[in-house]
Amino acid sequence: MRYSPERVQPLFVTAYTATTAVGAGCAALRDALLTRRSGLAANDFPHARVAGFIGRVAGVETAALPARFAEFDCRNHRLAWIALQQDGFLDAAAAVRARHGASRVAAIVGTSTSGVLTTELGYRHRDPATGALPPCVRYATTHNFAALAGFMRAALGLAGPTVAISTACSSSAKVFATAQRWITAGVCDAALVAGVDSLCGTTLYGFDSLQLVSRAPCRPFDAARDGLSLGEGAGFALLERAAAGTRRLALAGYGESADAHHMSAPHPEGLGARLAMGAALERSGLPAAAIGYVCAHGTATRNNDAVEARAIAAVVGGRTPVMSVKGAIGHTLGAAGMASAVAALASIEHGFVPGTVNTSEVDPECGNSVQLETVERRVDAVLVNALGFGGNNASLVFANLG
Amino acid sequence: MISVSLTGIGIAAPGLRDWETARAVLAGAVRYAHAPLESRVPEALPPAERRRAGPVTRLAVAVAQEAAAHAGADGAALASVFASSDGDGETVHQICTALATDAPGISPTRFHNSVQNAASGYWSIAMRSRAPTTAVNGLDWVFASALLEAAVQAAIEAREVLLVAYDLPVPAPLHALHPVADGAGVALVLAPAPASGALATLAIEVGVGDPTRIAAPAFEELRLANPPMRALPLLLAVARREDADVVLALDGANALKVTIHAARDAS
Repeated sequence: MRYSPERVQPLFVTAYTATTAVGAGCAALRDALLTRRSGLAANDFPHARVAGFIGRVAGVETAALPARFAEFDCRNHRLAWIALQQDGFLDAAAAVRARHGASRVAAIVGTSTSGVLTTELGYRHRDPATGALPPCVRYATTHNFAALAGFMRAALGLAGPTVAISTACSSSAKVFATAQRWITAGVCDAALVAGVDSLCGTTLYGFDSLQLVSRAPCRPFDAARDGLSLGEGAGFALLERAAAGTRRLALAGYGESADAHHMSAPHPEGLGARLAMGAALERSGLPAAAIGYVCAHGTATRNNDAVEARAIAAVVGGRTPVMSVKGAIGHTLGAAGMASAVAALASIEHGFVPGTVNTSEVDPECGNSVQLETVERRVDAVLVNALGFGGNNASLVFANLG
Repeated sequence: MISVSLTGIGIAAPGLRDWETARAVLAGAVRYAHAPLESRVPEALPPAERRRAGPVTRLAVAVAQEAAAHAGADGAALASVFASSDGDGETVHQICTALATDAPGISPTRFHNSVQNAASGYWSIAMRSRAPTTAVNGLDWVFASALLEAAVQAAIEAREVLLVAYDLPVPAPLHALHPVADGAGVALVLAPAPASGALATLAIEVGVGDPTRIAAPAFEELRLANPPMRALPLLLAVARREDADVVLALDGANALKVTIHAARDAS
């Protein structure tokens, strides 16, 4: 039995920000996309000595949390804390809290590895006699996948319901879907959605074991692409039923699906991705022709990019520009959906179709609409993809309702 | 207020090997005897996936399959919400142990089993289901997190949603940080209300309040022994075919208030 999604009421995005390897805040991401600047550099992460390039955020190690948040201290939350300081986001969150009351603002967060780096390092310093982990490994506030939800609630003074979503690389796209459902159902009146993922040994060695890591900075959709580059990032958005001020950016629709094919390889025809994109368009009520460009998952692995490009062409048509932010910031895993969402929102607000950083010669297998150079022009709607392990797919439509 | 129908249940817990057993025990017809969690064969998993999947995933798939069958639901059509507090703790332990050595190495299978949505992925492969599937976490309140997510999805998207909460004890040294006593899994199928043949109707809202305790000491001990068993007050009402107001802790501050209207004739 085929399920048919129904059109949804758009939610207004009243604030957004992201911090990645190209710098802190939206302006840095915008600048990197406009000037085709990559934040990828040879792996210098001291806790995982694997070959390749990474998108590491500067200053995470020294970005101490305020003393009142000491129990949350770990790389993931330091990265989140840096990101929260950008683009006036703390003030915007305070305004949302004041508009709706703290208990009516939900925190819906996505991460794939939470603060597991702290646990990994703790395993190197186990008590020689008992085997116990050192006290810096705290179950609820650093190790558990839900630790980020607790930190968001504390850092932003929110008191609404929280949930942590962890579906690998689609995690922080799915937070938008949950927010749309929760606000529609009246579970909350506004939602903070978050995507935060930081470098750790599990993912750097894990992707290395899958032989999916490029020895060069990753080149999405390039004929010579040979794998991904991992990165880290943190991004946030505030979603409400009504616009605030003159900005009319909105989450217009979402779609979710599974591949039902393989734990770490996409369906060969991208059937799951097609379903997710199709559902997002149906819920938005927008025709495919309204999509200004597609911000693809585009990890730069041989297989994924070709499959995704074919799926996009099948759903949106083969002429709509397609790009990926991974060449600029790397694959930020649980933060990838949010990083792409923020890029999409910035491009709608400032009027540009971002190019695909690092890519010089498009693989004919990836179609002929991959956007290489950034072009400044009006963008009314963007389709965002986040496709993950376990065959977990999520697509989002962002639109300007102005 | 979100209203959904409960149409199927699956369970595997110490002394409660499946829902048929659990219903009789919880209703008082059979005396509860604590026994180690029986491992169940996740028949739905194809042989290759059965070999690759860890014990946590096998537990999740087994109870999911039981609930879907109980509901008479088409497993491929169900959207699903998988929920676990520790995820695959054994795999996390193995990876962290390997990373602490001078020559770290992680096998591809171990790596993809480490993601929180491993069980969700294996389930969709087993069912050949392309329906939406998610994985949520909420510390010891992970059942309530999953119930909220699944009920909202069932009500707002007007579709059947499978909820699966599962946890096994993590090995030392992680175990000291989260001393879960026993493994357990519970699965529910939720449908837009009203659904014919439903076991119960659940009306759910977010509020505040102290979680409902169970008077019988053995059941109260079980409720607290493992995060998925925080579902026990809800299951008790359904097994006894009684209406009940149950409060489940949702996170550090909030609670889910669940008003259960149990069908008198359902099985």
